[in-house]
Amino acid sequence: MKKHWHRRHIIEAFVKAVMIFSFIIVAGSLGLILWTVISRGLPALTWSMVSQTPKGGFYLGKEGGILNAIIGSLYLAGGGTLIALLFSLPIALYLETYLGDSRRGQYVRLALDILWGIPSIVYGAFGFIVMLAFGLRASLLGGIIALALIELPIMTRAMDEVIRRMPADLEQAALALGSTRLEIATRVVTRQMLPGIVTAILLAFGRGIGDAAAVLFTAGYTDRIPASILQPAASLPLAVFFQLGMPYPEVQKRAYASALILTIIVLAISLGSRWIAGRLSKYVMK
Amino acid sequence: MDRQAIPVLTESQKMEGRKFRPSLTSRRKQDQTAGRVLFAVTLLPIALVTLITIGLAARFWPILKVYSFWDLVSGTVWKPQDGLFGFWPFISGTFWVTIVGAGLAIPPCILTALYLSEYARQSTRAIMKPLLDLLAAIPSVVYGVWGVIAIVPLVEKNIAPFFEKYLGFVPIFVSKNPTGYSILSGGIVLAVMIAPFIIAVTYEVLMTVSEGLRQASLAVGATQWQTIRSIILKQTMPGIIAAVVLGATRALGETMAVLMVVGNVPQVPRSIFDTAYPLPALIANNYGEMMSIPLYDAALLGAAFILLVIILIFNIASTLVLQRMLGKRWV
Repeated sequence: MKKHWHRRHIIEAFVKAVMIFSFIIVAGSLGLILWTVISRGLPALTWSMVSQTPKGGFYLGKEGGILNAIIGSLYLAGGGTLIALLFSLPIALYLETYLGDSRRGQYVRLALDILWGIPSIVYGAFGFIVMLAFGLRASLLGGIIALALIELPIMTRAMDEVIRRMPADLEQAALALGSTRLEIATRVVTRQMLPGIVTAILLAFGRGIGDAAAVLFTAGYTDRIPASILQPAASLPLAVFFQLGMPYPEVQKRAYASALILTIIVLAISLGSRWIAGRLSKYVMK
Repeated sequence: MDRQAIPVLTESQKMEGRKFRPSLTSRRKQDQTAGRVLFAVTLLPIALVTLITIGLAARFWPILKVYSFWDLVSGTVWKPQDGLFGFWPFISGTFWVTIVGAGLAIPPCILTALYLSEYARQSTRAIMKPLLDLLAAIPSVVYGVWGVIAIVPLVEKNIAPFFEKYLGFVPIFVSKNPTGYSILSGGIVLAVMIAPFIIAVTYEVLMTVSEGLRQASLAVGATQWQTIRSIILKQTMPGIIAAVVLGATRALGETMAVLMVVGNVPQVPRSIFDTAYPLPALIANNYGEMMSIPLYDAALLGAAFILLVIILIFNIASTLVLQRMLGKRWV
């Protein structure tokens, strides 16, 4: 049967075309970013970039690499994630098993949403004030604390989202067997929701390692690998930023390579968390 | 048969066994104690919001004793060494960049979310979700690098001359800035950065419309677009607005990516091709010297406070709307 074209059909076709077009624009510009970073970064990427710390004259284009920033970033994000985990797992479990949808629980969730929206530069400034109050210098410790503050709401919210999805009958079955809320939290929820919890941890780690504004204030920057938590620490985002700011093309090329390394790490974490969650979901009740 | 012999427990082993089978009272007690401890931990997020606000306000205070709040916010001259702290260039710069970024991002993002929720095949949706997660994970400094490599030259060589030639009579398109480091560059980078976020939240809001409603509309002969316009958009408008505002709030506080492409000249912008100096960039660029000049630290931490307050207002409003819309949360 031949289709009769009314005005509304023409509008329909037009709108659909516009939507597909904007979908392509969004997807395309995002693809463009990856392509730019890879095409500029890959030629400048060498083994010595990832295996050496900066040598003399590194920022003038001489020998060296950014191992200090890679290790520093792993320390910073690792420490921040650990501290954030110490608080966010209890909060997420308490929200679900003790508070549920009560009013008090909603206030805590609102506070988490607000914290989540506070930009990292404000966390950096706040971390700076705290460090001044305690007489701390820019150090690994300061950076870890600032990143822990940034990661706390991200991790808790992500955990809260997955824990809420736990089947209600599982909790009811545990209650019927005489479990207390604490036992449900520690033995049922953490087991059942382990894949989601791991995903949340890695998500927060990814955010932490990519953050530049907060560590700028709190962790400082150094060419050495920090030996104690009171020494300053370099980080990958700042390595990219500082090298890009240098007027020498060789150094700028290294900034592109550093950006590529950072992107690879972040994407690997993101993909890796999916893989791990998939593996862990074998041990979960369907 | 050795292995099946019933073991004889020593006294200490019996005691140990008891640990794993505590009485109901002690288990209840554990439960309640844990409840109290966990409750204290749960106060942390609320305490943190308060602490950050009060902490920054307290550091802002010394300069408020010298200048009035209004003088600081409306002042247009920034010369810390002469004791002049006018925040207006930075506040207006922040809004210029955010509005340009949000303006560029909103139409394609909403259309994309609509496409994903109403038209796209299941397989397209299944790919899109992880892809959006991946893109949201890219660090802002990488977006900044992309801006410097790709967007700044594009604005300098193509976009600015084009607008100057054909739309030069419109004041906001006048291009006096010879470089590409401009509000438009910052806006484009921001638009791409907040796109995954806006799409994801809008998509989630659109999914709250019940399938039955869609089918009922289609069953009475409406086209897809008519259904979208008169059913879906009508029902989800508050949520979409909240999603957009939340996205814009992210843009407001974005530091590194914007800092790298926006030029950082403390002036009140007049056109999208002017340079700007948003508040986050001001803080990030000058934190090193802030102890060297009197009141400079109060001014910079005050900038952080002003930024925080602006963000809190938008953030709380849109979060409340979204919590209501998505039905999962309410206050």
